[in-house]
Amino acid sequence: MYRYDEFDHAFVSARVEQFRDQVTRRLSGELAEDAFKPLRLMNGVYLQLHAYMLRVAIPYGTLNSRQMRMLAHIARKYDRGYGHFTTRQNIQYNWPKLSDTPDILAELASVEMHALQTSGNCIRNVTADHFAGAAADEVADPRPYAEILRQWSSVHPEFSFLPRKFKIAVTGAERDRAAIQVHDIGLHLKKNDKGEIGFAVYVGGGQGRTPMIAKKIRDFLPEEDLLSYTTAIMRVYNLHGRRDNKYKARIKILVHETGAEELARQVDAEFAQLKNTELKLPEADVQAIATYFALPPLTERPEGWANLAGWKKADPDFARWVQQNVQPHKHPDYGMVTISLKPIGGIPGDASDSQMDAIADLAEEYAFDEIRISHEQNVIFPHVALADLEPLYRGLVAQGLATANAGLITDIIACPGLDYCALANARSIPLAQEISNRFGNPDKQAEIGELKIKISGCINACGHHHVGHIGLLGVEKKGAELYQITLGGSGDENTSIGEIIGRGFEPEKVTDAVETIVNTYLGLRKDASEIFLDAYRRVGPQPFKDALYGGSAQEAA
Amino acid sequence: MADKVLTANRLSDGISVWLDAAGNWVESLQDAFVARHAEAVSALEETGKAAFADNKVVDVNVIDIEEVAGVLRPLRLRERVRAEGPTIDYAPGYKGLTGPVQAA
Repeated sequence: MYRYDEFDHAFVSARVEQFRDQVTRRLSGELAEDAFKPLRLMNGVYLQLHAYMLRVAIPYGTLNSRQMRMLAHIARKYDRGYGHFTTRQNIQYNWPKLSDTPDILAELASVEMHALQTSGNCIRNVTADHFAGAAADEVADPRPYAEILRQWSSVHPEFSFLPRKFKIAVTGAERDRAAIQVHDIGLHLKKNDKGEIGFAVYVGGGQGRTPMIAKKIRDFLPEEDLLSYTTAIMRVYNLHGRRDNKYKARIKILVHETGAEELARQVDAEFAQLKNTELKLPEADVQAIATYFALPPLTERPEGWANLAGWKKADPDFARWVQQNVQPHKHPDYGMVTISLKPIGGIPGDASDSQMDAIADLAEEYAFDEIRISHEQNVIFPHVALADLEPLYRGLVAQGLATANAGLITDIIACPGLDYCALANARSIPLAQEISNRFGNPDKQAEIGELKIKISGCINACGHHHVGHIGLLGVEKKGAELYQITLGGSGDENTSIGEIIGRGFEPEKVTDAVETIVNTYLGLRKDASEIFLDAYRRVGPQPFKDALYGGSAQEAA
Repeated sequence: MADKVLTANRLSDGISVWLDAAGNWVESLQDAFVARHAEAVSALEETGKAAFADNKVVDVNVIDIEEVAGVLRPLRLRERVRAEGPTIDYAPGYKGLTGPVQAA
């Protein structure tokens, strides 16, 4: 993985000391809140309902055991013994004291981590496919390009005060596991017929109150033009983005109002000025960055195949875990392991300090010290020999980390919601827990098959409800929580925005409604191979409306 | 007019606090001073502005509450969650805003 150079170390340390001075001046009263708030936000410190919240960046979701141990240490020493992994591959702490935050950032800097640009109207943490480097369907590892974008965008003076926040995601595979079409810029790494690397460029996707699917404005952008073309997009957005209205300030609105064709023309005009300038990526630099992301030494481990068959036969629970949470690796003797942070009835994305320490230990022992965080709020070990799966599984079982539900109905994404978040209108976590308990039976989950439930506690959509196969949006109505259901959303290579199915449901009725939807699906699917999303796309909303509202047109309206 | 209390988050650690009758910021809503008429609400608002200007607290708000069987209860769910803590068992031994109980 990428290692800080001298410049990175000096820069991050200087920012920590700068922030330490700012916090000292704030606590002494020298700085007023209005002056301090933008400064703390630039360092990832928010104020939530109960306390401050610190959001720490995990660039493209990649970290090593030393860094994971530091995240555990911070949870233990400065917080309440846990952290929350987010849909943007970051981690949030819910209880840090403002007075401790400079020390926390100094400790993070000691393991090459920081909280810069995890808030504010700047380019946020660049996210990537969590299986990057390991997936069999990958053209090339997207992380070197994510790292190049990270370096380019870090405190970029021109792009530190954009009209609104800006999110970039990169995938290197045909199967989109990074949800690139609901990002401000989505980059799909591909090869042309000459075998050269380039990108399909998508612009103007996003969720929030106005969900939009990104428009493809370039089929194939040569690798060397990555920064010059991205800069051109940023310049067009920076110039024309709606600064007059916060709710219309994201680039998706600009793309929508300008039209993708005209926007592409403006970007091309800007690009013509920038192409072949100092922003052109030298091949040697790309190669130098790529070496940081080289595969670990994956030696032949063919004994794993026979071992695995024996272990699966001896232990049905292990067999189920392998079936659900282990995916084929590009090397046949290895697998990509999903460590579910969705225990049945648990809090999606939360991990205790001892679990984080255990994950670090297991990564060192069985996974070449490589850890990823997925945007689905799980932990990934991208390289595990099949021959090591059984001892890894035993280690995970001991920590309550072996839930066999990756991609199933209980693998729910949920934002922190009204239990923590100052923006939320309704709770997300208790609903996720209730649904998880309702469908927690392993046989029931297996029967239902792939089904992605995503829950947001407000229209800002941190819980990605718009792209949930079943999306749940909490709103406040007459002082009480109400949950609106959307169906048919998806955040993959065939991205779609879910459709509102009808009037919302009270908290005590919404899990029943989800069960009604699931039972309707089970009754109408062609066979077990037709997943919920495919069945919904085939039959449309009507059977689900009928089941939920008894054919009452008014209620389903 | 609904009864009102003054709430904020403490500057140094962000913890939710309420103003008591002695003018202290306390961690329990149940110890808060309840304003039951317009003059008292005005006094709360003035106190809030002064405390904010004095850099003791941030995010200062007057909120509506009701008293049910001697227990103060905010009318809005958001404020009930602030007063009572997350509604989920987020950590072993969690008991409201006091944080996880140390295992014996």
